[in-house]
Amino acid sequence: MARPSPSMRRRQLREAAIQAVITLVALTGIAAVVLIFVFVAREALPIFTSPEVREETDLARMFLPQAWRAGRPAFFSWQPVSEIPKYSMVPLFVGTLKVTAVAMLVSVPVGVAAALFTSEFAPRRLREVLKPTIELLAGIPSVVLGFFALIVLASVLQDAFGFTSRLNAVVAGVALALTVVPVIFTVSEDALTAVPRSYREASLALGATRWETAFKVVLPAAAPGVLAAVVLGFGRSIGETMIVLMASGNAAMTTFSLGDSVRTLPATIAAEMGEVVFGGTHYAVLFFIGVELFLFTFVLNSLAAAFVKRLVRRMAGTA
Amino acid sequence: MKRTLIALVAAIAPALASAAVTVKGSDTMVILAQRWAEEYMKQNTGKRVQVTGGGSGVGIAALINGTTDIANASRAMKDAEKGKVRERYNILPTETAVAKDGVAIYVNAANPVQQLTIEQLAKIYAGDVTNWKDVGGSDAPIVLYSRENSSGTYVFFKENVLKGADYASSAQTLPGTAAVVNAVAKEKNGIGYGGAAYAKGVKEVKVVGADGQGYTPSAENVASGKYPLSRPLFMYTRGKPSGEAKAFIDYCLSPAGQKIVTQVGYFPVK
Amino acid sequence: MSVASRKTLGAALTVLTGAAAALVVAMLAVILVDVFRGGAGRVSWEFLTSSPEEGMTAGGIFPAIYGTAVMTLIMTVAVMPVGVLTAVYLHEYAAPSSRMAALVRVAVTNLAGVPSIVFGLFGLGFFIQFVGGALDHALSPPGELHYGRPALLWAALTLAVLTLPVVIVATEEALRAVPREHRDASLALGATRSQTLARVVLPQALPGILTGAILAVARGAGEVAPLLFTGVAYFLPELPGSVWSQFMHLGYHVYVLATQSPDVEATRPLLYATVFVLLALTFALNLVAIAIRTRTRRKAAAGH
Repeated sequence: MARPSPSMRRRQLREAAIQAVITLVALTGIAAVVLIFVFVAREALPIFTSPEVREETDLARMFLPQAWRAGRPAFFSWQPVSEIPKYSMVPLFVGTLKVTAVAMLVSVPVGVAAALFTSEFAPRRLREVLKPTIELLAGIPSVVLGFFALIVLASVLQDAFGFTSRLNAVVAGVALALTVVPVIFTVSEDALTAVPRSYREASLALGATRWETAFKVVLPAAAPGVLAAVVLGFGRSIGETMIVLMASGNAAMTTFSLGDSVRTLPATIAAEMGEVVFGGTHYAVLFFIGVELFLFTFVLNSLAAAFVKRLVRRMAGTA
Repeated sequence: MKRTLIALVAAIAPALASAAVTVKGSDTMVILAQRWAEEYMKQNTGKRVQVTGGGSGVGIAALINGTTDIANASRAMKDAEKGKVRERYNILPTETAVAKDGVAIYVNAANPVQQLTIEQLAKIYAGDVTNWKDVGGSDAPIVLYSRENSSGTYVFFKENVLKGADYASSAQTLPGTAAVVNAVAKEKNGIGYGGAAYAKGVKEVKVVGADGQGYTPSAENVASGKYPLSRPLFMYTRGKPSGEAKAFIDYCLSPAGQKIVTQVGYFPVK
Repeated sequence: MSVASRKTLGAALTVLTGAAAALVVAMLAVILVDVFRGGAGRVSWEFLTSSPEEGMTAGGIFPAIYGTAVMTLIMTVAVMPVGVLTAVYLHEYAAPSSRMAALVRVAVTNLAGVPSIVFGLFGLGFFIQFVGGALDHALSPPGELHYGRPALLWAALTLAVLTLPVVIVATEEALRAVPREHRDASLALGATRSQTLARVVLPQALPGILTGAILAVARGAGEVAPLLFTGVAYFLPELPGSVWSQFMHLGYHVYVLATQSPDVEATRPLLYATVFVLLALTFALNLVAIAIRTRTRRKAAAGH
């Protein structure tokens, strides 16, 4: 074999170098996720390691009811600025779940139905307008939706339902649904469109009507994708900050009435982080909330990815 | 590559020398500080003052963390906080009172309640009294509005009205005084508290003073100390104010600066 | 079930799903109309080019527009090379069965799902406390902080991490639309892989890459939560002088005006006008991105 000429060797070396650089840059994405977790967790670590911090709070006090006043029944309380700071996560969890529940109750049926309409029933022309229009909703900054909920939606809903508190779980949840609907819509629509045409043709050939085909053939076939959409929407609504900060009333109550004001996990970080002394208990607890949010969304995303994978495999196996 | 890097550093470095005075903290004081900064810079070209709100706690934390030159606070710094400054910088913070404020109690314009005692307010905000009829109003639930716990007003109210007890968990915490005013203006059963300067579109309830009479947070009632919920507004620096920070604080205390205090709706210290 | 009742049920379901789609569009319309009615009349050249005055109850929003523009510019400069090269790696260099590529993909999807407020914590913990703190330790006189405090640069870098998935996804889609034959032809003519990439693939993918940049800018202009602790300021009378200054931001300005303005009634027109500007900006960007994307998709569909 002839030895490669020097210019050829140089060329190969350069190619290898370029490939190495590109591969190295591609690691940034992985590095980012790892760094986010490490650096958020690092600031939360004192909850487990610092005796000073552990004097004020620990996991048990964050999640179990505490008797703060002698003789009174134990309860959950988030009062970080107090003679005895109280860092119970329970009111924040309850608040987050209440808002999320409202958002999902609204956005799942609406988002999936709109996706079904767009992919199965709408004429082609309408579909081509409808899809980008609904995707535009995702382009509205959440602070604008928060503004809209605070100024307009809250009054409309209070007049309609007679809420005692103007800002409450329903207002924040409905506003949140506006950000979740495009997520659910887009992902479900993609899943529905991915169902091979042969499915529809077979169903129609067997005498089924269009809606029967849509509901009994296409929707079940795309189910993992729709499920992924719902899971992603759920993750989105747990982590959303500005809307709930502006429209939920931010009262850390442990009640199950949707008409009460609520304080969510992300809004708590946003509202309180600026105030805390770096390295203190309150600071560590807020970062701990960050860790929780990171883990929740990580699990939800992995779940959604698993569903999508199943959908892809199902479509590939039968198409 | 190396040359561009040097050029980059050279471009960035001079900006450090003419760094602005940063002022951070109390939301109650942010409008005031902002007006001061506006006027101060109009009169002194080339000087820069950066104003950020967020709450007194934010300002004090920033002072401790070294991320601001001046901390605005609508409450006095706690000993523990002063200790932290000393621990890190080996110097105690200096306190300068720059204005006075009355903490007003807002209710909806349609609310018939005219005055409240400190005890009544404490019971309302602790969640022990939950109906307006118990404090002389109509039979309707009380909707509580409070501030975020980073707010100096939150701490002042907690110490002076609640006497250290916790707020009721049903109190909605809003991110700014204006949000409280806005909420009370819209909510006919609402009650809120905050700087007197903000009370537009809501009714200020009289608060019963030491002599048993009800007072509004007017200029003379605050100046004479008859209105029970008044407080000084502070600027804190690490050590004695010096350089640019001193020049700005001096301006705030000057007659021109104190005139702005009155314009914004607070009360002068001099 | 009789044919007639099957037909009615079918029609009812079509109408119902159609109503859901209509509801979403209607909500979008309601928001747009409300913001347009409240804000469009108030926006003037003066409003766009002057500073807030009289404690934010008068004047304009120029510093917020400027701050948003500069911040998104730095962000774009930071995110584009990384995003584009990552997509190039995934689509052009990695073998289909590559473990690392799979891992990068997992990381990118997860990055896209991390709540924006957590990015804010990350910016504070990593850029400000860790990187800034280290810079101060090395360069600043003891006890002084020049780098370890909220600043334009830190906010921009935080948002660059947040928008990374947007750029990667858009670029990869653009690369996918470049026909395989073009690459093969270039390689067959003796061009190297990187030459093919730089002279054939990337130029063709440019519109799609641009879409990614535009979408990232739109996202960066509208996100507020990650900026709260990393560099945004309530009010700055002067424009930021360097990347180490704090800055004003349109989205944060909306938040401030909506919740912390001294006089709610007096600020309402300003608030609506600011929302109008922010929404017009993000919408224009999104519309352009969608238009480009629809065109590339159609072209890709026609090419195959």
